[in-house]
Amino acid sequence: MDFTKFIFGIYPYIALTVFLVGSLIRFDREQYSWKADSSQLFEKEQLRKGSILFHIGVLALFFGHLAGLVTPHTWFLGMGVSDMAHQYIAIIAGAVFGTICMLGGVILWRRRMGNPRVRVNSRFMDIFILDWLLVTLALGLITIPFSLLHALKGDASTMVYLAEWVQSVLLFRAEPAMLADVGWIYKLHLFFGMTVFLLFPFTRLVHVWSIPLGYLQRPYQVVRSRFR
Amino acid sequence: MSHFLDRLNFFKKVQSTFSNGYGIVTNEDRQWEDGYRNRWRFDKVVRSTHGVNCTGSCSWNVHVKNGLVAFEMQATDYPRTRPDMPNHEPRGCQRGASFSWYLYSPHRVKHPMIRERLVTLYRTERASGKDPVEAWEAIQTDPEKRQQYTAVRGLGGHIRSSWEEVTEIIAAANVYTAKKHGPDRIIGFSPIPAMSMISYAAGSRYLSLIGGACLSFYDWYCDLPPASPQTWGEQTDVPEAADWYNSTYLIVAGANLPMTRTPDAHFYSEVRYKGAKVVAIAPDYAEYVKFADLWMPARQGTDAAVFLAMGHVALKEFFVDRQEPYFQEYARTYTDLPMLVRLDKQDDALVAGRMVRASDFADALGEKNNPEWKTVVLDEATGDVFTPNGSIGFRWGEKGKWNLLPRKKGRKEIQPRLSLVSDSDDVVEVQFPCFESGTDKGIRRNIPVKKIQINGKETLVATVFDLQLAQYGIDRGLGGDIASGYDDADTPNTPAWAEKITGVKQADIIRTGREFADNAAKTRGKSMVILGAGINHWYHNDMNYRAIMNLLHMCGCVGQSGGGWAHYVGQEKLRPQAGWLPVAFGLDWHRPPRHMNGTTFFYFHADQWRYERLDADSLLAATAKGKYKGSQLSDYNVVSQRLGWLPSAPHFNKNPLEICKQAEAAGATDEKGVADYVVDKLKSGEIAFAAEDIDAPENHPRNLFVWRANLLGCSAKGHEYFLKHLLGAQNGVMQDVVKEARGKEIKWHDEAPIAKLDLMVDINFRMNSTGAYSDIILPTATWYEKDDLNTTDMHPFIHPLTEAVDPGWESRSDWQIFKTIAKEFSKLAEKHLGTRKDLVALPILHDTPAELAQPLEVKDWKRGECEPVPGKTLPLLKVVERNFADTYKKFTALGPLMVKLGNNVKGIDWNTEKEYKHLKELCYTIQDEGVSKGMPSLEEDVNVCETVLALAPETNGDVAVKSWRNLSEKTGIDHVHLAAPREDDKITFRDIKAQPRKIITAPTWSGIESEKVSYNAGYTNIHEHIPFRTLTGRAQFYQDHEWMRDFGEGFCTYRPPVDLQATRGIEDIIKDKPHLVLNWITPHSKWGIHSTYNDNLRMLTLFRGGPGVWISEKDAQSIGLEDGDWVEALNTNGTTMARVIVSQRIPEGMAMMYHAQEKHINTPGSNSTGKRGGILNSVTRVTVKPTHMIGGYAQLSYGFNYYGTVGSQRDEFVVLHKIPDPDIDWLERPLTPEREAALNPPGIHQAPYGHEDE
Repeated sequence: MDFTKFIFGIYPYIALTVFLVGSLIRFDREQYSWKADSSQLFEKEQLRKGSILFHIGVLALFFGHLAGLVTPHTWFLGMGVSDMAHQYIAIIAGAVFGTICMLGGVILWRRRMGNPRVRVNSRFMDIFILDWLLVTLALGLITIPFSLLHALKGDASTMVYLAEWVQSVLLFRAEPAMLADVGWIYKLHLFFGMTVFLLFPFTRLVHVWSIPLGYLQRPYQVVRSRFR
Repeated sequence: MSHFLDRLNFFKKVQSTFSNGYGIVTNEDRQWEDGYRNRWRFDKVVRSTHGVNCTGSCSWNVHVKNGLVAFEMQATDYPRTRPDMPNHEPRGCQRGASFSWYLYSPHRVKHPMIRERLVTLYRTERASGKDPVEAWEAIQTDPEKRQQYTAVRGLGGHIRSSWEEVTEIIAAANVYTAKKHGPDRIIGFSPIPAMSMISYAAGSRYLSLIGGACLSFYDWYCDLPPASPQTWGEQTDVPEAADWYNSTYLIVAGANLPMTRTPDAHFYSEVRYKGAKVVAIAPDYAEYVKFADLWMPARQGTDAAVFLAMGHVALKEFFVDRQEPYFQEYARTYTDLPMLVRLDKQDDALVAGRMVRASDFADALGEKNNPEWKTVVLDEATGDVFTPNGSIGFRWGEKGKWNLLPRKKGRKEIQPRLSLVSDSDDVVEVQFPCFESGTDKGIRRNIPVKKIQINGKETLVATVFDLQLAQYGIDRGLGGDIASGYDDADTPNTPAWAEKITGVKQADIIRTGREFADNAAKTRGKSMVILGAGINHWYHNDMNYRAIMNLLHMCGCVGQSGGGWAHYVGQEKLRPQAGWLPVAFGLDWHRPPRHMNGTTFFYFHADQWRYERLDADSLLAATAKGKYKGSQLSDYNVVSQRLGWLPSAPHFNKNPLEICKQAEAAGATDEKGVADYVVDKLKSGEIAFAAEDIDAPENHPRNLFVWRANLLGCSAKGHEYFLKHLLGAQNGVMQDVVKEARGKEIKWHDEAPIAKLDLMVDINFRMNSTGAYSDIILPTATWYEKDDLNTTDMHPFIHPLTEAVDPGWESRSDWQIFKTIAKEFSKLAEKHLGTRKDLVALPILHDTPAELAQPLEVKDWKRGECEPVPGKTLPLLKVVERNFADTYKKFTALGPLMVKLGNNVKGIDWNTEKEYKHLKELCYTIQDEGVSKGMPSLEEDVNVCETVLALAPETNGDVAVKSWRNLSEKTGIDHVHLAAPREDDKITFRDIKAQPRKIITAPTWSGIESEKVSYNAGYTNIHEHIPFRTLTGRAQFYQDHEWMRDFGEGFCTYRPPVDLQATRGIEDIIKDKPHLVLNWITPHSKWGIHSTYNDNLRMLTLFRGGPGVWISEKDAQSIGLEDGDWVEALNTNGTTMARVIVSQRIPEGMAMMYHAQEKHINTPGSNSTGKRGGILNSVTRVTVKPTHMIGGYAQLSYGFNYYGTVGSQRDEFVVLHKIPDPDIDWLERPLTPEREAALNPPGIHQAPYGHEDE
């Protein structure tokens, strides 16, 4: 098996398995570690700026990727969204939210590395995952000029290949060959992106699973029934 | 089962709703709650407490889990109080709750540690075939070898050793020192026995058995109020905290109750709900001020003026304008106010002289026994002179008349006359001292007098009462210079005058004085003053205190429940004292032990006297006889030692073992022979007191043990002088010796010696500054790892410390440590010392018949004014035979003198045969052959606890009854009823482990344990008519000792803080840099108790985590300081570094540095000295006061921790300036030879090592 086949044929499953099984194990066994590990107690001002920007960016990017890559090709066409339109939407939304996310990310990174109180209270994984996310994000942003070039040439094939590949993976018939003609920068971004899933259960990112939406409509008084 | 699977029931989570849907019941998993349950789950609970000198004594439950201490909780099972009285709980504070941190902290001393350079030298010597003592000798006799390790004291360099090796070295050093220099060169320092009695006793017993000297601490800490022994002949006896609740009017001055008396403060709060008024006197807005109805912000150090002015009001309105009957009765019966005083001609003035004595009259007024010690009064009815019962002459040599009952003429009781104002022979002008400007300017007052025949001469006499009123400036219609009213600001002691000095509004002073007295009149004395360190840590602390005591006595408050003085600082009442003393000082084997007063010891041996700038003459009254005029303060102390007043250690310039040997060679066969020999040699000068040449090598202390203490990190006033002269370490003393300090009595060496100590041993469970400077550090058990006893004055219960877990790592309890050392010492002593006779020079002790040594006037044998007579004009000279090889055997068994001589406390004796036999059964007996065979064992800590409990009247009802019976014989009054109901009570160690137990009323103390009243000091003096242990047998307004009169303190008078001139020359160093000159105030802290807790993570997190100095906003603004800036405080004594805390709470002109923030916690180098930035005492220097050296005179006789010089430190000033952050140097560099050689700050002359001039 060659390297490309492993990375784009097997590795996605490893990453996803670790992501799901790892999260499950951690949730069951390490409840006390299931948290966002906020450092707000140590520093507030920079956190507020950085965190809000970062979260707006990262959520938009996540859902953007989800919608753009997982939606079957035919559905877009059915909705009247041409490949070119799809491509331009992706470029513009990606550039805008990618920049917002990067802005927030840089503020958070500078804060984490520069503020002595935050720094000394950071675990290795806290710094590592932030670095990893920022590199992934940077790679994603670097792909934009390439995509723009493709778009100007009227060529949407790279985007389509990527989406097809993602869908092939999710449908358990991974076709690494789909990426044969895709540029290396995209592949690098893919690898980093997949690795985020691999790292996910070992980091503070697990808080993503527990968005506290329940708070929005929770009654005033919650009583737990007797210990069983 | 699975959190994840539970989540799958998300939509079934809600079981039901209630309250219209505002509430829901869910079936969520609750296992997470076990996390919290497990955090507080434990395997066993053990009762213990904290052996820390906070005077707290709180019962704690220590929770042990998996063999480790998990946490501690306040125990809330104290015996209930009576109805209408709040219970004692909750006791325990945030500091105590943080203690378990220490057990497993990075500070913990885990193994025996030794300075690497020392152990290398020692191992080399041992490897060359020398035995331990020879090896030690080889190091000590080679200055270069010695310097190798002494010069790096305080610079780290400790390595792990073994118990075998370190105890061998310690024992070798002790044996060598005893042999070469004398056992009185082996010194021990440990404070406050009450906080862990057995641990204290471990070291003091070992030292006492080998002839070492234990240093006092209470006076050294300046927590001893000398005014208490002066006034009552009592070290310190105070009400329990619960008695605050019985008060109806409280004044609090200088005692920050909620902060430093945290577990007791609830009574302070509760009494206010009962309706008591609270007045707070404090220069700053201290925490206790918040509780008060009125805050009187008196300038720091001026409290005496406030109280004198209140006394003025009380005297004027309750003794002159009207005569309050209760006050009159109290003054006549329980105070010296009716006593007669001679008026003497001094220069052109009449001054108050000594009290008239029975011996002044031709027939001694019929008194055959001690007439010189019996004071006299006038009969109210007839005007005849008579001797009332109770003066100290009745205490010794006769029985049944030492009491405060009125004498009878026929069937009529004789009333003493208070005042002569309506029946005087004349009115004369008498001069009183007045120090309001610093030196005595003198004031004159008209006094009504009687003319009586004394030894055939007509003599003017006045009552203390009339003199005292005149001195207060009360106008009695006698004319002369006197206050025209309360608003007369020019006459001392009026409210207006006090306002001028203290800044407190006169209206407040008048109102408070009036209310205080009025309340006392209506309640028979339920007015109370709570006082403490804030007003006691001053050079003239006795003036602050006596001003308060005067007010209390005028108002009949002392000895009344809810009234009196309540002094809380440092003393932690050692309740079972009488049971503890024999164990602690080896009195069961040898008597007497060697004691030394700490302040004088450190004043001399840390060479602080060589920097003295306070001129003793400036302290004298203008009318002083001044026999010693021109002397230095240090000279007075030498005189005091040679007259048998204060103790000495070392005693003489010769080894006391050698003195005995030579005396015997010269024909002495018994103790008297040896004493005669010494007297001859003292006269000829062949033997001299060590203090007369204190810096000579033969007079250096050589070995120092510090245990249960943090001498160097906390209590070493003049810290930098300790480092320089005692230790020879890097120091920050910013001046050379002061030439003007040279006196008449002490030989002056041009080069002051450094590194006097051969060996310093620290025994502790945590590493602190003292350990850092020590040569050997021994790991001891913490307060949760040993069996011990603990009591306090704040409540009447006795607590155990208990071994909840085994001592951690290689640590051992203090008892086991000294037992180990004793064993090794015995082994080495067998060859090198054998059996020797030891000469102990014992000062004239209070509460012994010897206290009647020097009546009427001071005579100095060295000046040829009298013969040197041991016990009369010279210390007692006692010979103690020691078989040094038996030290271990003696240490571990309760010795035979308990049966042969019995037990004794405060002049009361009883037989202990029954308890001795009981202890044999309880603790088993020694089976090994030798001197201790068959005696009760003291091998284990718990045996020692049981021994103390069995021997003490406070914990053994049988003994209580015996001791009361003995006192009853002396007083002629039956006191046994006080203890009789508890005669069968025996409190054992297991009892107090089960629950804190209330002690039994004993004659050791002046209060009683009862279901009707709370413990209150002086209660038995008033209600049982037991005299105060003073000259007159009464509370004394007047101190008639010659030195008291010379120094202007016959009567209490206001004396401003003294000028120690420590900032002189410093402003040249600072130059035009913005700076402040501030009074240096060092109060007790909220975040620690002395140094303990100050360095634990929890307390550091609660407050800023490093050294801090508080100053006022205005002062900060004036030199551009902001909160959190680094500052350096410096003066000639040294420097200290801290961050500045800027607060509205602090008045201008004052810098506050809380106690004992140590230099190993976040302290950078000082820019001025180049050494580590210092502690609170780096900028202080101790100085002594001659009136505290008086001895051989009734209540003014020495007692260990009872009387003596005190280490005051609040009169000090510092220069404070900002250090910008970039200039902060943490000194994190390796030791270089240059750095090692630079012991002193740059530019300060360095004396050579081991230098001996001439």
